[in-house]
Amino acid sequence: MSARSAFGAVAALLVAAGLILAPLGLKPYGIYILSLWAVTTIAAIGLNLTLGYAGQVSLAQGAFVGIGAYIAALLTAKGWPLGVAYILAGVSCFGIGWLLGYPALRVQHHYLAFVTLAFATLAYLIFRNEEWITGGIYGISNIPRPSLFGYSFGRPRDFYYFCLGNLALVSLATWWLIRSPWGRAFVALRENPVRALSLGVDTRRYTLMAFALGAGLGGVSGVLYAPLVQYIDPTPFALLLSLNLLLMVIVGGSGYFLGPFVGAVVAVLLPEWLQAADKLYDALGPVADVLSMVLPPSALKYVAKHYLVAYAVFVMVLLVFSPSGIIGFIEKRIAARKALRTALAAQPKVAS
Amino acid sequence: MSTVLEVRGLSKRFGGIHAVDGVSFDVKEGEILGIIGPNGSGKSTLFNCILGQLHPTSGEVKLDGKPVTGMRPCDLNRLGVSRTFQLLQVFPELTVRENLILAAQEHEGSMLTRLFGKRDVGLTGDANRMIDFFRLAHVADNKAGALSYGQQKLLDAAMAFMAGPRLVLLDEPAGGVNLTMLANLRERLEAINKEEGATFVVIEHNMEFVMALCSRIVVLAEGKIIAEGDPATVRSNPKVIEAYLGH
Repeated sequence: MSARSAFGAVAALLVAAGLILAPLGLKPYGIYILSLWAVTTIAAIGLNLTLGYAGQVSLAQGAFVGIGAYIAALLTAKGWPLGVAYILAGVSCFGIGWLLGYPALRVQHHYLAFVTLAFATLAYLIFRNEEWITGGIYGISNIPRPSLFGYSFGRPRDFYYFCLGNLALVSLATWWLIRSPWGRAFVALRENPVRALSLGVDTRRYTLMAFALGAGLGGVSGVLYAPLVQYIDPTPFALLLSLNLLLMVIVGGSGYFLGPFVGAVVAVLLPEWLQAADKLYDALGPVADVLSMVLPPSALKYVAKHYLVAYAVFVMVLLVFSPSGIIGFIEKRIAARKALRTALAAQPKVAS
Repeated sequence: MSTVLEVRGLSKRFGGIHAVDGVSFDVKEGEILGIIGPNGSGKSTLFNCILGQLHPTSGEVKLDGKPVTGMRPCDLNRLGVSRTFQLLQVFPELTVRENLILAAQEHEGSMLTRLFGKRDVGLTGDANRMIDFFRLAHVADNKAGALSYGQQKLLDAAMAFMAGPRLVLLDEPAGGVNLTMLANLRERLEAINKEEGATFVVIEHNMEFVMALCSRIVVLAEGKIIAEGDPATVRSNPKVIEAYLGH
């Protein structure tokens, strides 16, 4: 094991331990936000497959989250187990995603963005207007939380672990996929479809598969979202969700495995943290006195009051300085350091 | 010698322009056929029509006597026809070895077996042999995008050979390559031709390179074949001289 992969393994273990221990020190709202992070990350992982790896722009990921959520809500409210909804939503979103991939065989980039945007709008209109099935603007309430082998995941902390477990499974499967020959073919499709085609890569099939897999994960995310919030209406699945998921993928680092995890931290957790910025010094104790000399508490109050402005500024500055996102920035730093070390090692030593 | 590739009356029109106009020729097994002609004479369009990147307006292409006109490039590639492009076409974010594995992985098994099979599809050995053969060992683990132009050009050619094709169409393999690299490339192509019996069709502007490498040459001008024969005959053909030097 190289030093870097050992470091990676230790870091991954620490993060996993942190995620498992986190709810012990959190109030129900904090646990809810952390669960939302896990659920959102799954959708972002899906979009990262479609967009980051295979290079197919999609503004419809939020619509698949919505489809998954409605399937879960409708079925579980009628007494079906969540497992059935899980499979049905995964398979339907996979199928619809496959069909949505067909336009990508003809149009690319911003043209494709508009085709998928149209689909997202259409899905939203169906959620809102087809009252006979979706309940329209009144939505569907009393969505039960699942139980597995007689164990109920009803309480916030238990349901958080349920979401975290799902995220772990999705992450492992995605890790497997991107390291398989499929991952290589997806990258080839993104970087040079014409060349890939000439090397026997069936770009048509991989394009459709990239859409289908991404959409399927969007559906899975929705299946978890419905029992998390326990009440759904069309509003959260409007175009804004698709744009937000796109933001997470880009900000985290499009085409990097860890990108969606970090992107979802920025999009889901950071606004909450900023909103509570004025309470930061309460928690820090003596360290706060030192810090407050650099950053006065009034500044923190200002950030807490205008947290969305602070958030927007952060995202803009980040993307100007690192278009490849946070993980892309870190990767580049590591690569630059490695190159420097290699260059220094190759240099003949000057006698002193 | 049997005929690998037959091109019959192939035409491609873009609006009113006849980019390729009724071209017919055969490629025999094991030969290195050169295609030359001034800029805009239809060479690359001809390649694109043969390989399914473009749909010909009319005419027919046969591989081993079977019609393959309009077949998708990926299917044609799996039948053993491979190509390079005029402009460099490597995958910059993949390493040299990954580029090579990718170039052959779709020939092994099905999509499903590849998903659950070995990560390298059992191709690391082949890739390493190709890396040694093209003298890229020192950069094998670098991203292809970080290589020099000449190295990328070698990788580009190596990718076309990775799956052990029977017929390789090379579009300007010598373009922008320095003299040392060029000699290296020619030597590699000749070796693959002799040892593995691969058949080549080469588009090239570098006359010295093409005359030395090819046993037969087809000359295109304005989408039509104006001359065909061995290098010496073609070189002294007045029509060829006129096409190149103008009126």
